[in-house]
Amino acid sequence: MSPELRWQRACRLTLALGLVLALAVAGYMTLGAVGKWSFVLSYRGEKLLTILLVAWTVPAATVLFHVISRNPILTPSIMGFDTLFVLIQTLAVFLLGSATVSAWPPQLVFLGELAVMVVFASLLFHWLFSRIAQSLELLLLVGIVFGVLFRSVSGLLQRLIDPSEFLIVQDRMFASFSGAEPQVLTMSAGLVGVATLWAIWRLPAIDAMVLGRDAALAIGVPHRRLTAEVFLIVTLLVAASTALVGPITFFGLLVANVAYRLLPGAPLRLTLPLAGLLGAALLVAAQVVLERVLGFAGTVGIVIEFLGGLIFILLLIERAR
Amino acid sequence: MIRVENLGKSYAGQWVVDLPELELPRGGLTAIIGPNGAGKSTLLSMIARLQSPDRGVVTLDGQDILRIPGDTLARRLTVLRQDNAMAARLTVSDLVGFGRYPYSKGRLTGEDHAKIEESLALVELQPYRHRFLDELSGGQRQRAFIAMVLAQDTEYALFDEPLNSLDIRHAVSVMQLLRRAAEELGKTVVTVLHDLNFAARHSDRIIAMKNGQLQFAGPPHQVIRTVALRDLYGIDLNVSRTDGKLMVDIYG
Repeated sequence: MSPELRWQRACRLTLALGLVLALAVAGYMTLGAVGKWSFVLSYRGEKLLTILLVAWTVPAATVLFHVISRNPILTPSIMGFDTLFVLIQTLAVFLLGSATVSAWPPQLVFLGELAVMVVFASLLFHWLFSRIAQSLELLLLVGIVFGVLFRSVSGLLQRLIDPSEFLIVQDRMFASFSGAEPQVLTMSAGLVGVATLWAIWRLPAIDAMVLGRDAALAIGVPHRRLTAEVFLIVTLLVAASTALVGPITFFGLLVANVAYRLLPGAPLRLTLPLAGLLGAALLVAAQVVLERVLGFAGTVGIVIEFLGGLIFILLLIERAR
Repeated sequence: MIRVENLGKSYAGQWVVDLPELELPRGGLTAIIGPNGAGKSTLLSMIARLQSPDRGVVTLDGQDILRIPGDTLARRLTVLRQDNAMAARLTVSDLVGFGRYPYSKGRLTGEDHAKIEESLALVELQPYRHRFLDELSGGQRQRAFIAMVLAQDTEYALFDEPLNSLDIRHAVSVMQLLRRAAEELGKTVVTVLHDLNFAARHSDRIIAMKNGQLQFAGPPHQVIRTVALRDLYGIDLNVSRTDGKLMVDIYG
């Protein structure tokens, strides 16, 4: 595919998706509104902001993760990040009780969760890179094992705690696009902004990582350091989105792979915005159709994850052939 | 000049490379020959900083190679490895464009595009520039990678078996290309070769390695000899001269 053709297609896709997104946003803000407009718009605006933020964060994290893992059917959640999040939540409620936890300022909780996740990711990365061979496969495998461990520990704790406390934990465990608190939203937005700027700054070098370690080193890309940087960027992005709406597994995979199909072999400066736009159009449109038109409140996360799961299975089948 | 001092790499207590001293002078084409497991690829990898030695140093024009910043080194020396199994969703021109990364950091200038065109022309891949790598034959893909190295335009270029999976025509043309790079463009080309006749015909110097050690080195007419090569490979072979050209008959 020639660069000109690719550019043309990217422009057309951006235009079409932008239109869909604009329509979906208009529908989201106005459909089924009851009461004063000023209240409706500001209330819904906040939710919309959450959705848009997640729609950018999750696909971006997934695409960047694909670059360093060189495998387009993985997702960052395979590293156990979201199960760690669930574990933190469960542990906090188990040890301190939900009353104490909900009394804490949300900013503090957010920063605490973020710190734990970043520390975990960096420890995992550095420990593995210094101790064992520089193998990402091994890193992924260890991530999966940690994921299972975190899930089992959370599962055990959730059985031990008071049923009413369990409800509170459970409420935070499933992706929901309505639960974010304004303070958390602001902090997440800042965090995502920093991570995004960082990624943009390093984007040409990150692009060169598709060559693999040896060829990337041969053209002067500091492969190992860059892998660590991208790993950290992905961690920040996943932490932000998990803190906002809870764990999301397949949404990023869905959007990223559709973007790869639409612009095969495109550099990240085209793939990333396209994935973000696709994600935003999909999430907002799903909200409008499912919640406003069909009246199924709170099902968007489930439906999107279902679609993403289907794509995941299709990708596996396609690879097996 | 690339200089190797006391260079060693060991796996499981065994030295796969053990070179007290080796010099690869500036200019010309140096071929590294030797049986499998002789340490040829490991040596190239250590010179290009893809692997770190367990002891010793490599210097490039007198500078310790580990002290040269990555992007500076990438403008002076590059390497093409054997196995380039990689993301197939990349077009030929994108791949060759990565050769310009040390200069333009991803923002290709007019000069970069000229270099890319030149390199594509040298390997005769212009008609395939917009193809994806997985839509090419093995030989075409190999030439695409060679074009990337040419586009990088470094003074020193290391190749690990660049003739792999090329048919006769393209093997000859790639060899002539490396020859021209050395002769006309004044580059220093170091290449691992398995075909002794290519090494005999086109190189200025041959370095023979076995079991991680230097066996012998010198210009082709000195080292392409029946006894020396029989000893190196442990097979029955014969070197003859036809019209003053060395021919190695390895076919038993």
